[in-house]
Amino acid sequence: MPTLESLPHVLPEVALAVTAAALFVLEALWQPRGRARRVGFPLLALGGLLAALLFLVASPSSAEPRFFGGLLTQDPFSTFVRGVAIVATALAVGLALGSPSLPSNRRVEYHGLLVLLALGMCLLSSAGHLLMIYVAIEIVSLTSYLLAGFDDRGGRSAEAGLKYVLFGGVASGVMLFGFSLLFGLFGDLSLSGLGQALAHSTTLSTGAGRWATLLALVFVLAGLGFKIAAVPFHMWCPDVYEGAPTPFTALLSVGPKAAGFAVLLRFGTGLWPELATDAAAATSALPWLLLLGVMSTVTMTVGNLAAIWQDNLKRLLAYSSIAHAGYMLMGVVAGGREGPGAVAVYLAVYLIMNIGAFAVVSAVDRSAHSEDIGVYHGLGRRAPLLALAMAVFLLSLTGLPPTAGFVGKLYLFASLIHHGGFWYVLLAVVGVLNSVVSLYFYARVLRAMFLESAAGEPAPVSLANSAAALAVVLAVPTLALGIFWQPLAAIANFSGSLF
Amino acid sequence: MAQVGLQHFLVVAALLFALGIVCVVTRRNAVAVLIGIELLLNAAGINVVAFARYGGNLLAGSAFALFIIALAAAEAVVGLALIFAIHRRLRSVDLEQTETLKG
Repeated sequence: MPTLESLPHVLPEVALAVTAAALFVLEALWQPRGRARRVGFPLLALGGLLAALLFLVASPSSAEPRFFGGLLTQDPFSTFVRGVAIVATALAVGLALGSPSLPSNRRVEYHGLLVLLALGMCLLSSAGHLLMIYVAIEIVSLTSYLLAGFDDRGGRSAEAGLKYVLFGGVASGVMLFGFSLLFGLFGDLSLSGLGQALAHSTTLSTGAGRWATLLALVFVLAGLGFKIAAVPFHMWCPDVYEGAPTPFTALLSVGPKAAGFAVLLRFGTGLWPELATDAAAATSALPWLLLLGVMSTVTMTVGNLAAIWQDNLKRLLAYSSIAHAGYMLMGVVAGGREGPGAVAVYLAVYLIMNIGAFAVVSAVDRSAHSEDIGVYHGLGRRAPLLALAMAVFLLSLTGLPPTAGFVGKLYLFASLIHHGGFWYVLLAVVGVLNSVVSLYFYARVLRAMFLESAAGEPAPVSLANSAAALAVVLAVPTLALGIFWQPLAAIANFSGSLF
Repeated sequence: MAQVGLQHFLVVAALLFALGIVCVVTRRNAVAVLIGIELLLNAAGINVVAFARYGGNLLAGSAFALFIIALAAAEAVVGLALIFAIHRRLRSVDLEQTETLKG
């Protein structure tokens, strides 16, 4: 579709870009003080995000899914992931209200960067062209680097930002080299063009051509694996999560991961279109699926085993988010209509439970000034509501009924088992075993909160802040969706199709 | 003298890529690592331009190369800003001294 007719389909992105620009310009021209600064700018950011969400819900449907000459591809899956990205950003704005980890004189920049990050995630989840994927990944990455280094109270945050920018730069450089090889081998930059070239090209019939293609795919996987924090491209993850300001860590663990999964799925179905319809017939995609399957197994195992030794809650949740990337990769491997549907359901569930868990960490951090597991001792007695919410999130992250996490995992395992075949079922079994291992470290936090009493005179945990309120609010759908899962089934039905 | 062809560009790009990886892996100075990242990006840029010139898809390749140059500059700016922030705090850009986060 040509440029002018494409514009109505990217109104959410336009709204986000205008909001981000407005935030930066207003800050520079007006330099507000006091309440206008504390409340006005977050409200402006929230308004922009809400407008983007409304545009997204009301966006016109189109028979032709490719816009701007193939740069963007919009399908139900990308619409859903864009929604997840915008909601996650709105929750991060809410968490940041009154948070001590953000310098008060740079609040406006924080919100402007957050909205820019949302814009990048929206573009990334509908990118259908190697150039667009690269540009969108860089928008997401550059804003994330800055936001990770935003807390200026100690060296931790700047160090997190530095580590993130160095790891991220290498990952995007390697990915770009893979893109350049794909461009050379198949002579096209759009994913659909690459798919056609791959189906008809003679490149794959020679040994050298096959190896070069495989090398290019591995390089691309390095860049995308970095964005979803999959092993072995996960080393940045615990350090960055620990050092970054907690409200941003909550977003970082969900938003870029969701967009990364969208682009990973789109890359696979673009190059091998039969993956989207009949995954069992896609034998030509075998090396890609094999790479993803191995990555899934290693990612969840390493994530879960490393989480056992963590005493810092943010690091523990970082390794847990690595493990969850491994679970979601199972859905990518399953393919077909069911695989993306299962990934979408899990992303929805993961959005609620993981941001909820980080909201609790943020609320405790505000009074205890620590994320160590020690400050959670006796939380069940000091702040019962908050501890109860945390218990719900942790049970959901483990995947125990009756929580939303259980339903999400059920969809992922079912997509693999319905696909059939020895290796697919084996992957599902590995996933189940990993969930059992994860119970151990999540239960450690539960034991600290409810069974152990605090040493000495701990600081009281206040519930009167945005983080605690959000945590309690998010615990409700985590439980409710575990019992009434029709909304999740609707998501799976809606977003299973990729074009 | 032999004609300069696609292979020559690809070999240069591959060497540049390898040098970039070596630089990133071995150097302990944050600025040097950033230079290694620039080498990686420029290796990809050379590849893209060479493939565009010899493969026939000149417009798409040239546009891609321009975006690579622009985004490499943006990445260097963000990277240097963060290195500056670290340097102000620790008076050092040695990656081995910025090790408060670990586990």
